[in-house]
Amino acid sequence: MSKISRRDFVKLMGAGGALSAFGLTGCETAPTKTSGTTPAKAAPRVVVVGGGFGGATCAKYLRFYEPELNVTLVEQNASYITCPGSNWMLGGLRKIEDLTQNYSALRDKHGVNVVIDRVVGVDAGKRLVALASGKTLAYDRLVMSPGIDFRWGEIEGYDEAASQIMPHAWKAGPQTVLLQKQLHAMPDGGTFIMAAPPMPFRCPPGPPERASMVAHYFKTHKPKSKILILDTKDNFSKQALFMQAWEQLYPGMIEWVPATGGGKVVRVDPKSGTVHTANGSSEKGDVINIIPAQRAPKLAADAGLVNDSGWCPVNQTTFESTRVPNVHVIGDSSSAGALPKSGHTANNIAKMTAAAIVSLFRGVPPPLPSHVNTCYSLVGPDYGISIAAVYRLGEDGQLQGVKGAGGLSPANASAQQRSQEAGYAAAWHKGIVADSFG
Amino acid sequence: MNRIHIAACCAAGLAFFSMGAASAQTISRGAVIASTCFTCHGTLGSSPSDIPSIDYIPAERMIQTLKAYKAGTRYSTVMGRHASAYSDEEIVETANYIASLQKKGK
Repeated sequence: MSKISRRDFVKLMGAGGALSAFGLTGCETAPTKTSGTTPAKAAPRVVVVGGGFGGATCAKYLRFYEPELNVTLVEQNASYITCPGSNWMLGGLRKIEDLTQNYSALRDKHGVNVVIDRVVGVDAGKRLVALASGKTLAYDRLVMSPGIDFRWGEIEGYDEAASQIMPHAWKAGPQTVLLQKQLHAMPDGGTFIMAAPPMPFRCPPGPPERASMVAHYFKTHKPKSKILILDTKDNFSKQALFMQAWEQLYPGMIEWVPATGGGKVVRVDPKSGTVHTANGSSEKGDVINIIPAQRAPKLAADAGLVNDSGWCPVNQTTFESTRVPNVHVIGDSSSAGALPKSGHTANNIAKMTAAAIVSLFRGVPPPLPSHVNTCYSLVGPDYGISIAAVYRLGEDGQLQGVKGAGGLSPANASAQQRSQEAGYAAAWHKGIVADSFG
Repeated sequence: MNRIHIAACCAAGLAFFSMGAASAQTISRGAVIASTCFTCHGTLGSSPSDIPSIDYIPAERMIQTLKAYKAGTRYSTVMGRHASAYSDEEIVETANYIASLQKKGK
């Protein structure tokens, strides 16, 4: 850091200078020539942690808005399997390859430095990210997109070891394969039990969509089988639409028990395949899917980003942490007004954050954000439903749904409309993966 | 480090952030809204799926189409629920931004 006073520094940069938010580190290493070619070390550095819908989209759009930025994406896995669409795999409509993404476009087409490694720590004071390989990455701004972790043990007996017997499959990949194997091995006439989590959680329509897709698989392969959803809640996303469709497509197969009906699972016994509910009853299942309560990962908590809610509070224009400066938190880990946790909002948040960071480096005001969410669900292969919402910043700085916009697919839609939406659900998946990873 | 040295290297640093009026450096409302369209319609409006591309539509036609979705006079499964979130002015800015991508040849 230079020895000039802060007042002199501000005078030199001038009002709204492009680097006024950048700091002196760039100035100390910047070249004196102005030929237009830019040595990489002089460009502001953004490190993005997490290569899911949030992180990948952010890295790509940072480079799109400012091609001079030095952007590094750190992700521990060389490929990413999308949670969206993983229920369709359980329904027999997709293979895991259809859901698998890689980072070659980000690296080769968009100039993102992709580092496949695991982040072990963040030093926000020194602006360093420490990796498991021993490397460190310096940043001017950091974007954390680490996804979710589970509140292990909040359901008694449900720890990480238990998830190898009663999968959550709420992170796609080996858990999805495990759950599918169990469903395939189940005899006809068996029972699939799903424990649905409390809000806020990743993908609100996910649990009923999973029940729908398993019902489709059962209907076509094991029609005497049953599905029992035990819920911590008294309602769920798109409930009326799902239940109307279940009545039509899978009559008598799916039973949903709300919290007030004794649905909340409080204890599991993986060895005997039993779940115990809050009102003292127990249910035995042949395949049991526990989707536990969720929280921001330990990595975010260790970096000081998490508050008592278990999630990361942020400025809802820039997604900069309200707790740690120069660190932005996006995607499922973040807590931002009315925004649900979804791949779609993660992709959207990523874009607003990219625009904000570029604006901050330029010394201009970050733009007013606009957020969209469209959640498509396949109730059957040819039966799609959706919920849409658009969000704006309210006067209180909280993102809120725009009244008079958004909403659900109509209750009285024709079979043709359901079929159209099923087609759009598949198209949505193609679109978002291309926009985020391509 | 003396003041002249700082000024020189800072000026060099400024050069790669395309100097100009601050307004030229801001990311416009149209760009922000359009980016949220790209999730379904493809980056820069070029769609890889059965959801239509929007990168070839002249601004005037896009404005009319979005206003029709907003008014409910044009059938849609989901676009009516989206278009009704924006003011007419935002619709114009977004359509103009997307059309401007075409002129640049991306």
